[in-house]
Amino acid sequence: MRDIIKLENAPRISSYYSVVGSHERNGPLGDRFDEFSLDDKFEKDSWEKSESEMQRLAVVGALKKGDLKDTDIDLLLAGDLLNQCVGSNYGLVDFDIPYVGLYGACSTCALGLALGALLYNSGSCKRLVSVTSSHFCASERQFRFPLEYGGQRTPTSQWTVTGSGAFVLGNEGKVSIKEIVFGKSVDMGINDINNMGAAMAPACIDTIKRYFSNSDYSVEDFDLIATGDLGYEGSKILRDLLLSEGIDIRKSHDDCGLMIYDRKRQDKHAGGSGCGCSASVLAGDIMKRLEAGELKRVLFIGTGALMSPLTLYQGGSIPAVAHLVHLEG
Amino acid sequence: MMNYLWAFLVGGALCVIAQLLIDKTKMTPARILVTYVCAGVILTAIGLYEPLVDFAGCGATVPLTGFGYAIAKGVERAVNEVGLLGVVTGGLTATAGGITVAICLGFIMSLIFSSKPKD
Amino acid sequence: MNKEEYKEYVKRRAKRSSSFKNCVFAFLIGGFICVIGQALMELYTRLGATTQNASTLVSISLISVAALLTGLGLFDKIAKLAGAGTLVPITGFSNAVVSPAIDTRSEGYIFGVGAKIFTIAGPVILYGIFTGVIYGIIYYLFG
Repeated sequence: MRDIIKLENAPRISSYYSVVGSHERNGPLGDRFDEFSLDDKFEKDSWEKSESEMQRLAVVGALKKGDLKDTDIDLLLAGDLLNQCVGSNYGLVDFDIPYVGLYGACSTCALGLALGALLYNSGSCKRLVSVTSSHFCASERQFRFPLEYGGQRTPTSQWTVTGSGAFVLGNEGKVSIKEIVFGKSVDMGINDINNMGAAMAPACIDTIKRYFSNSDYSVEDFDLIATGDLGYEGSKILRDLLLSEGIDIRKSHDDCGLMIYDRKRQDKHAGGSGCGCSASVLAGDIMKRLEAGELKRVLFIGTGALMSPLTLYQGGSIPAVAHLVHLEG
Repeated sequence: MMNYLWAFLVGGALCVIAQLLIDKTKMTPARILVTYVCAGVILTAIGLYEPLVDFAGCGATVPLTGFGYAIAKGVERAVNEVGLLGVVTGGLTATAGGITVAICLGFIMSLIFSSKPKD
Repeated sequence: MNKEEYKEYVKRRAKRSSSFKNCVFAFLIGGFICVIGQALMELYTRLGATTQNASTLVSISLISVAALLTGLGLFDKIAKLAGAGTLVPITGFSNAVVSPAIDTRSEGYIFGVGAKIFTIAGPVILYGIFTGVIYGIIYYLFG
């Protein structure tokens, strides 16, 4: 199916684990995360190593929670925001599990879940792990400025979440992955690194429109439509533009980037971003609410700004992609 | 006392112009710095900056336009002293103190401190 | 909505930085730094320095303080409030040199600190000096 892939043999999320940094720990969801580091270092001496360690801890945690060994897992799907996916590459070398690195910018959490679900659905893998992460300090260094550089952030700028979330897909567990929509790469000409929400919203709109115009479900069937990291600005654009096309998601929409921080108290401008944002919120909060029966049906949409400083300096704009995963408790 | 007042007002005003450029035109801070230094050289060259320095003292020399002023005056001095060679020695000679201290301290700071997460 | 319309739509709705508040802080803090410079200038002159040397000493002093504040992790906190007020004075140049130096230590002293120390300040030196050379040629020929 070009738009919606329905999974006959739907995998279940049998175990999940979240690891975050200090700002996330101090946010509204703070005590819902499984593990944290108050200095964001995770006892490592570079920010890239800290990010790797975060992914390692997330996978170790998820395996332990599911009482699983390395050899129980057929495949590791992992991704992060750093060049060459170093966060994943270095973080996961110690596991005795075949490994595939993914890049989908901040959409990677949904991408990993979607690909993992397909591999399970086809029978190729019996059990696999999907993990993603982002680290504020490592991202800031790579994409923006040195940490000590004295600059001001604009109101539409977002804050990269220091966090990681790991999910074990298999045949046990309450929550299953029912449907998938892979997003298209959409470029609406936005080139402002401080307004990623606006760059990502059109891709998200495209994916949501493709879903609802081909699905048996309507917006009302979902208790939560959670976007990954559109932040304040991107969320408003998403809701308004979808409304103008006759899709009203205002009641059930929330954004992981808005859930993870108290924007005013923590001075986070337009909210959180990064592939650790949607991953840690899904593992720390949404999954728990699905398992508790508080949420029944959820659309989880990972949004990624496929931004590169190099092409931006060359005068390019920021393409974006949004992958959708339909979760059911 | 008037020295201080004018230094405050002129220095503050130069900062406000840059702040407006950042907020209203999305000019990045790095572009602002480059623009200010080059503007300092050009304004000195056409004779506009020197009167401002006489009038506002550090209000004109401390902002980065003052860095450009130092480059331009350095070039003038060197050309007067040694002729054509001064074209290529004047600018860096006049700003050598600042640049040398900045890079040496940069190195020393990197030995002592490591980067910290932002609040 | 096509690309142009979307860009216009985004531009129209994006909340701008509250420029008035930013400008007030930029003015006060930037002006204050210049006043400190002026005080140091008079001190160095009184101690016997020529105007030109005193001016260099002022730059060096402000650069040193900004470098230390950058190392201690305080500069970016002040700059968050001050904006152009700390960027435009010579303190901003110092921060632009010192911050990448500290940040890239993890990549070693040659390809890290050594190579990256001019990432932000390099353009300032290049274009400042280059403009100076052009002026020098004109000055030599017509001055």
